[in-house]
Amino acid sequence: MNAKANSRSRKLVLRETVSSYLFLLPFLLFFVLFVIYPMFMCVFTSFFDSTMGREDIFIGFENYKTLFADKVFWIALKNTMVIVLVSVPITCAFSLWVASVISKMHVVATSAFRCIFYLPVVTGSVAVTMVWKWMYNNYYGIFNYLGTNMGLIDKNINWLGDPKYALGCIILILLTTSVGQPIVLYVSALDNVDKSLVEAAAVDGATSFQAFWKVKWPQMMPTTLYILVITMINSFQCFALIQLLTQGGPSNSTMTIMFYIYYNAFKLFKYGYGNAMGVILAIIIAILSAIQFKVAEEK
Amino acid sequence: MNNNQIIDKDATKTKIYYALSFVAVLIIAILFTFPLYWTITGAFKTGREINATSPVWIPSEWVIENFQRLMAKRSAPILGWKIGNLTIGAATIPGAIRWLLNTVFMCVTSMVLTCLTSAMAGYVLAKKRFIGRVALFSLVVCAMALPKQVILIPLLREMNALHLADTAWAVIFPIVGWPFGVFLLKQFAEGVPTEMMEACRIDGANEWRTFTDVIFPMIKPGVGACAIFTFISAWNDYFMQLIMLTSNQKLSIAVGIATMQGESSTDYGLLMAGAALASVPIIIVFLIFQKYFTKGITMGAVKG
Repeated sequence: MNAKANSRSRKLVLRETVSSYLFLLPFLLFFVLFVIYPMFMCVFTSFFDSTMGREDIFIGFENYKTLFADKVFWIALKNTMVIVLVSVPITCAFSLWVASVISKMHVVATSAFRCIFYLPVVTGSVAVTMVWKWMYNNYYGIFNYLGTNMGLIDKNINWLGDPKYALGCIILILLTTSVGQPIVLYVSALDNVDKSLVEAAAVDGATSFQAFWKVKWPQMMPTTLYILVITMINSFQCFALIQLLTQGGPSNSTMTIMFYIYYNAFKLFKYGYGNAMGVILAIIIAILSAIQFKVAEEK
Repeated sequence: MNNNQIIDKDATKTKIYYALSFVAVLIIAILFTFPLYWTITGAFKTGREINATSPVWIPSEWVIENFQRLMAKRSAPILGWKIGNLTIGAATIPGAIRWLLNTVFMCVTSMVLTCLTSAMAGYVLAKKRFIGRVALFSLVVCAMALPKQVILIPLLREMNALHLADTAWAVIFPIVGWPFGVFLLKQFAEGVPTEMMEACRIDGANEWRTFTDVIFPMIKPGVGACAIFTFISAWNDYFMQLIMLTSNQKLSIAVGIATMQGESSTDYGLLMAGAALASVPIIIVFLIFQKYFTKGITMGAVKG
């Protein structure tokens, strides 16, 4: 490359840069003001004693110290981890199974099933929660009706009011609202699997189960990784179900980090404390995502 | 001969497995639609059938009484814009209708703004080589992986400072700033052949003309996917709406119905009518545009 061409291309790059940023400007305006700046402020305010109607007071790591000594925070963390550890593997395995079955069908049937499994996501958390609340109801709910009539339980159970069952009930609803997207992704991943490799495996005498696990599954690894990460983030953010059904109760058995943040920030107006929790949550999610990427890379 | 027998045996086994799986998926699919069925039939049931201890699977009579009560519950001005002493659109309508209109406004505005800003940003990120491109794109991807709800506390304070809290804009702007659309449309714009842009340059078209006349039409399917995706996620962005909107006439349908639940938590007829009102419109939108939607989900996935 000679010097003349180099300087010309640099000029070109500079011109492209100016025009590119003009195109980026509208997006950057919203992105910086309403995503990046609040993100920065979240970390910044976590070092302050911050509440409504007075100036913030700098307190260093005090919020974090209080946080690690807060019993409810640890309960919330434990419950959140339970939700994540139960819902992520079940969601992934279930959606892989459903996708493998429905992708064999006629195009119309595939998209019909895909729609059905996506319905709870589209319906929205508020509407979904309300009907589940009715179904779980102590007196009029169908769960108690079916349970007692089929002899599974001997008397009505107050599903959401019993610390033994409440978290499980929440997880069940969460599962129905989180399989939609993974199914869509797996169906398309199965469509995109290299057909010639599958045929070659069949010629070599592989059974269809072997073909699935040895040929298709490795090719779907990137999709699986993506699904793991989004399902995990989704489970960590489980909020509406808790807020509308149990408010973290009974006796903190359904308290999650997201709800505890909400409770501290918007009920007790402890902004700094809530932000500190948000930072910790973001760090946990970042670490877990990084681990998943690392593991997938090694495979 | 022996080999053929093995293959035959495998084929029958596979067939049985798929037949059983199909039945199982079918049953689970029916269970998945049940909550929706229960919501809609519940909305039209009489109070007696709602509170029956043995469930009424199919309503014996369909009544609109629940919707009437829902409409009578609260009212709000149709517009209620104050200019000095004058109030435009002060006539009152049922609160639920106002909430529905608010929600539609928020969704449509977020959708239009997101599509415009994302199409422009996605195009240059995919097709231009400029200083800071890699850094900006990494920032976009990182922001997407962060839990969105964590920034709600600072966001509310910011909206308060900007005097935007308790307005639709407080919900709309963060949605527009969320970088998923940019990511999605970058994927689509990468499919535009570079020769097209060069041809435009030779023809003397400026950057803006190139974008509006050539690039935008080519990434239209992507814009469609982005539009429907933004619309549906804006409709269901309950946490943000809950934090940002407080006064009765500003609420979204989701928050409005949730507030009602707080007031009459065991009136399931009323709640089902509200739930149906909040979900049926968005389900219809989804079913009409689901092709674009699925495309958006698959293209938006980070590959590799």
